[in-house]
Order: sequence, then C-alpha cells, then structure tokens
Amino acid sequence: MDILLQQIFNGLTLGSIYALVALGYTMVYGIMGLINFAHGEVVMVGALVALSVMKPLAAAGLPGPLVVLVALLVAALVCMALGFTIERVAYRPLRNAPRLAPLITAIGVSIVLQQLAMLIWGRSYHAVPPLLPAESHEVLGAQITELQLIIMLVAALTMAGLILLVNRTKLGRAMRATAENPAIAGLMGVDANRIIALTFIIGSALAALAGVLVSANYGIAHYHMGFILGLKAFTAAVLGGIGNLAGAMVGGVLLGLIEALGAGYIGDLTGGILGSHYQDVFAFFVLIVVLIFRPSGLMGEKVSERA
Amino acid sequence: MNVPAKALSLSVLAALAVMACGKEAPPPPAPAASAPPAAQPPLVVKIGHSAPLTGPQAHIGKDNENGARLALEDANAAKIKIDGRDVTFELVPEDDQADPKQGNLVAQKFVDAKVNAVVGHLNSGTTIPASKLYADAGIPQVSPSATNPQYTNQGFKTAFRVMANDEQQGKVLGEYAVNNLKAKTVAVIDDKTAYGEGVAHEFLKSAVAAGAKVVAEEHTDDKAVDFKAILTKIKGKKPDLIFYGGMDPQAAPMAKQMKQLGIKAKYLLADGGCTAEFIKNAGDAAEGHYCSLPGIPYEKMPGGPKFIERYKAKFNADIQLYGPYAYDAAMVVIEAVKRAQSADPAKILAELPKTDFQGVTTRILFDEKGDLKDGAITLYVAKGGKWEPLDTIGGATAPAAEAKPAEAMGGMTGMQGMAGMAGINGMTGMTGIAAEATKLAPEKK
Repeated sequence: MDILLQQIFNGLTLGSIYALVALGYTMVYGIMGLINFAHGEVVMVGALVALSVMKPLAAAGLPGPLVVLVALLVAALVCMALGFTIERVAYRPLRNAPRLAPLITAIGVSIVLQQLAMLIWGRSYHAVPPLLPAESHEVLGAQITELQLIIMLVAALTMAGLILLVNRTKLGRAMRATAENPAIAGLMGVDANRIIALTFIIGSALAALAGVLVSANYGIAHYHMGFILGLKAFTAAVLGGIGNLAGAMVGGVLLGLIEALGAGYIGDLTGGILGSHYQDVFAFFVLIVVLIFRPSGLMGEKVSERA
Repeated sequence: MNVPAKALSLSVLAALAVMACGKEAPPPPAPAASAPPAAQPPLVVKIGHSAPLTGPQAHIGKDNENGARLALEDANAAKIKIDGRDVTFELVPEDDQADPKQGNLVAQKFVDAKVNAVVGHLNSGTTIPASKLYADAGIPQVSPSATNPQYTNQGFKTAFRVMANDEQQGKVLGEYAVNNLKAKTVAVIDDKTAYGEGVAHEFLKSAVAAGAKVVAEEHTDDKAVDFKAILTKIKGKKPDLIFYGGMDPQAAPMAKQMKQLGIKAKYLLADGGCTAEFIKNAGDAAEGHYCSLPGIPYEKMPGGPKFIERYKAKFNADIQLYGPYAYDAAMVVIEAVKRAQSADPAKILAELPKTDFQGVTTRILFDEKGDLKDGAITLYVAKGGKWEPLDTIGGATAPAAEAKPAEAMGGMTGMQGMAGMAGINGMTGMTGIAAEATKLAPEKK
C-alpha cells in the first residue's frame, strides 16, 4: 500500500511538472494555433539563468527562499524578453505562411537556443544549490518532500490563475477574440500583434517558473534538459486537449501517473514479460487510444471545432 | 517532430564541424618553418575522433576529444618524420551524439574523408555498429572507452581498445558486491544502451554466480531524469545493493532520488558513473556509494599526475572520465605510424597488434582480439566529496609499480582494512599476471 501511495506521489509530482510546461504550449496554441516547440528550451534558459543568479547570491549568504525569488524574477524577465524576441523574429513574419513554416522555424529556434546555451553555460551538468525546503516527510509510509508539495501547489495555482486571466479579464477577452479570429478582433479594436506578443511573454514567464522548479526538484540543470521535458509536456498538452488550460493540467497529471504506475506495475502485471522500459510505450499507447476516441484530447472540444 | 529536429541539428553540426576543420587545416608554423630544406610539404596524417559533443554526455565527449588533441599536439611537437619527410597529425573531431545512427554517419564520413585512423567512439552503442564500416574500409580503430565485449568479439582486424572490457569489469563488480559489500539481494538498473545493458548483464551473471539473489531488474534510458517510479518499485523489494549500468547524467539524480525515497541500499556504479560530475551533482547523496573504473586511479597512473596538470593547464578544465584513455588511444595510433614509417592504414594496422606502449594509463599490449591485455579494475568509494580508491584488481604494470611484491602476489593493491579477500582470490589468472608484472617492473623504468 505504501508503495502504491509512493507511486501516486511520484506520478503527481512528475505530472505537475509536465502540466506547468504544458500550460505554456497550450496557451500559445489556444491563441494562435501554433505549436511553439521552442518552449522547452525557454524552460531550460529559465533554469540556467536562475542558476547563474542563485550561485553568487547564495554564496553571499542570503536566505534560500529569497535567493530563489530573486533568481526567479531575473529568469522570468530574461525569458519574457526571449519569448518576445522569438515571436517577433521567428513567428510574426510567418503569420500568414502555411502552417508547416512556423513549425519548422520553431524547431530551428529550439536548436539555436540549445546551442547558444551550450556555448554560454558549457556542456557540463550544473548542480543546483538546495535552496528550497526539500525535507522528506513520511505520509502513510510514503516519502514526500516539501518541494514536491510546492511544485504541485504552484502548478495548480498557475492553472487557476491563467483560467481567471483568460475568462475574467479584459486582456483575456482580447485573447479569446484573437483566438477566434484575429482579423475580426482587429476590426473590433483589438491589437492582435500586441495580444500575441503578450501571450508569448506570459508563456515565457511560466517557462521560467517551470525551469526553476524542475531544476530544483532534480538538483541539476543542463543545456539539454528542455528537449525531452518539452516533448513530454507537449504530449501532456495533446492528451488533455491542446488549447485548453484545464486540459493541460489534466493531461500532465494523467501522463505523470501513467508513467509512474506503468513503470511500477507493468512488470508485476505481465509476470515479468514487459519491464519498466515499457513505461513510455504504455504512456504513448494511452495517448493513441485517447486520440482515437477523442481526437481533440480529453478536454479539447472547442479547438476541434476551430481547427 | 523528433526526426526533423535531429536531422536539422545534424546539418548544423556538420556545418560547424566543417568550419572547425577549416580553421585547423593550415599546419602549425613549426613544421612549415623547417619544411624548406626538405622542399616537401608535410605529410598530413588525419585521425578521426568521434564522441558525443552535444547532448547529455557532451562533457564526457569533450573530455575524450581533449585527450586525443593533447596526444596529437605532443606528436606534432616531437617533429616525427617519415622517410625524412615532416609529418603533421591532424585531428578530425566529429560529434556522434552518443547515438548509433549518428555514429554510423560519422563513420561513413571518416571513410569518405579517407582518414588514416580513428580514435573512438566513446560509447559502446556507437562503437560497435561503426566498427563494421571501419573494418570494411580497412581503417584502424582504437576506442578509448567502449567496453562492451561485443566490440572486439566480431572478429574485425581493425578493432582495438585501451580499456578493460565489461566482461572483466562486470565480473569484478559482481564478486565485489557479494563478497566485499556483503550484498545478499541485488537490484539491477540499466539505461538500455549497449554499454549499460552489457555491463549490467555481466554484473548480474557474476553476482548470481557468487551467490546473490536478484530481486529486481529495471530499465530507464540515457536521457531520463526521473527515476522515482522504478526506485519505488525497487524499494518495495528491499535489496541490499542497487547496481546501475549507465552514465553519470542519470546516476547522479538517481542517487538523490534514492535518498529522498529513504532507500538505504548500497549503490554501485560502473565506470560511466565514476566521475567527479557524479559527486558534484549528487551532492551529499553520493556519500558512501561505490563505483569502478577500468584502469588504475589517475593519481597512480604511470604518467597520471603530470598528465592531470598538463590537461588542466591546456584546457582549463578537470579531467572528466576517459581523457587519459583517449590520449593513450591516440598515442597508440601515432606510435604505430612511427613504427610503420607510413600513414597507410593497412601498414598502421599491421603495426597495431605489436603495440607495447607505456601510456599515461598503463602499459598497453593487445591480445589477439584487440582487447587490452591485463586490464586493471579499480573500485572507489565516495567519501568526503570525492572518489577514494578502495582496491585495484588485476592489471599488469600498476600494482607491480605501486605495491610491495608480497601484495602484488595477491593481484591487488590497497587492501587496507578490507575484508573478504576470498572473492577476489578466485581470479587466479590475474594473480599470475600480477606476479609476472613484478618481474617486468624493473625494466619498466
């Protein structure tokens, strides 16, 4: 029982991390129907910038949470500027091009960011100083760290905040209008370019937040860390229904749970024929099944009408 | 999405590599200055080097490249001549991303570029498939660090390595786990690569033969960072020891997560996890864990301390893992060129089996398969933030050079305070070798 509970905790943490990153994918997709493949790399830049800020501040003896907060702020600013630039350089000129073109520039941006990060921060792994409370607590026989709780809480709050932003504010209404039809939104006095740029800026700030939490959780940061994370988060977004904010959360948590429980129990359930190396197979099998029966993901009806 | 991304990064890297080569193309000024009397342009010997320079293992790959680069610089500084003609050794560095597909593209590129020899690749997973291309083209290949036995078991005359293979390493590790670390139950994790799976398999065989029970066999991959699911499963089986066959990018976070989950088992790594990076990134979660490295501790290598100093001065970085082995692999090739008095791959190939070279890491002799003769394995424990050597098992030159004859007879050094000689005593072959080495020791100077 304690093992099952532990696997559920593992899955929830992993899922919250996926969800946090998936929110960035889904926001951009929801507004402009574009898959921003560079998002995973923005997460990576956020983590590495935060790390560069953390090291000298932590060495100066400031209290841990304060250092992380400052680092997060700096990382968020850098990532916002980066997101704005990416949109301006790689996506805006292609706004009216066939849909494949921005997809390819997105991959290009992703590679450029990875290589730049490699030149700036080097090829080595960076140990992230343990500044956030990471004490392990025992809950019904399973171990959970404070940081894991923080990650789950932050992911849920971020999702709630974004839903409020999109549904309850003037900016949100402009976002929804742009998503529906940029041209008509423009006629109604919405500056679509400004809204899209803002979407990217908000998404990038979230990426910085995700980067800081992910690197703190695993204790390492590396120029390559955004790639697999981005791919998994994208999968989570699709699973939940890309374009739907609550769907990103549901998809992320579901993917995390499937991976954890899959790795934990496939072996025992199949009598050792399939081992834990089938965890990804299992996760993507679920994705395929979901997409066969619900092509727009678990919660993505609206998008399917539009696309 | 994965595929176009890789293809793109490939072409970008290829372009970068070409640019890099372009910069190094002009021969260094020194041989050029001495050229006029000979009235002949220097003969350029191209040595291909392949390792992951991007991706999670980029730091280890760059380390290998640095090692090989240092060897070539030494060779160029020594102003080697073939038939009175100056020779310039030129490194052709490539990035195989630790990916077998990419490794074969690099190998094909080397074949097309008619390199005279290849130092590499780093990973077994890239080395084994690439070795067929080199064998077909008749290009000699010396891998510094591919330890999967299959590499030299294919019967290729072109395949050599300067490090003990996983059969030797896995056997030592399995026996050590059971006899010295007193593990009755073990769990094994690997990263599904040729190296990780290979060494884990050898470990498992040997641990079972020594009397341990395997309670879990789990798998991850060489890009993963979250291992909590498989570790939780293992925790439920309560093993005495967890063995991981893989590289440090996974080994370090795994150690941390073991600590977070409250797993008390001993953690044993093979060479891929036996790095300073592991300790740095695992932090206090590294304390008390074990690893092994083919060869002997850097500090105890015949040319070790000097090499560490030179490497640091040249690249302003610490040796990661296989740097000294890459240096030796390149030197073995250079020595073969010198002996053959030719840069012709066929002639280099004819000389390689006759190698008897005192390298930085050890004295290098090849057996008939191209494997290093009498490779030593050293076990380390993480203590106070660094790897401390525990025991060196086997090996021709090192124990003899280091230990008193009485100790060398046992086939190992530094057994201070270690119980359980029994397990290692089983390796009678090694004992004989060490004894032979004692005889060799005087003439080694």
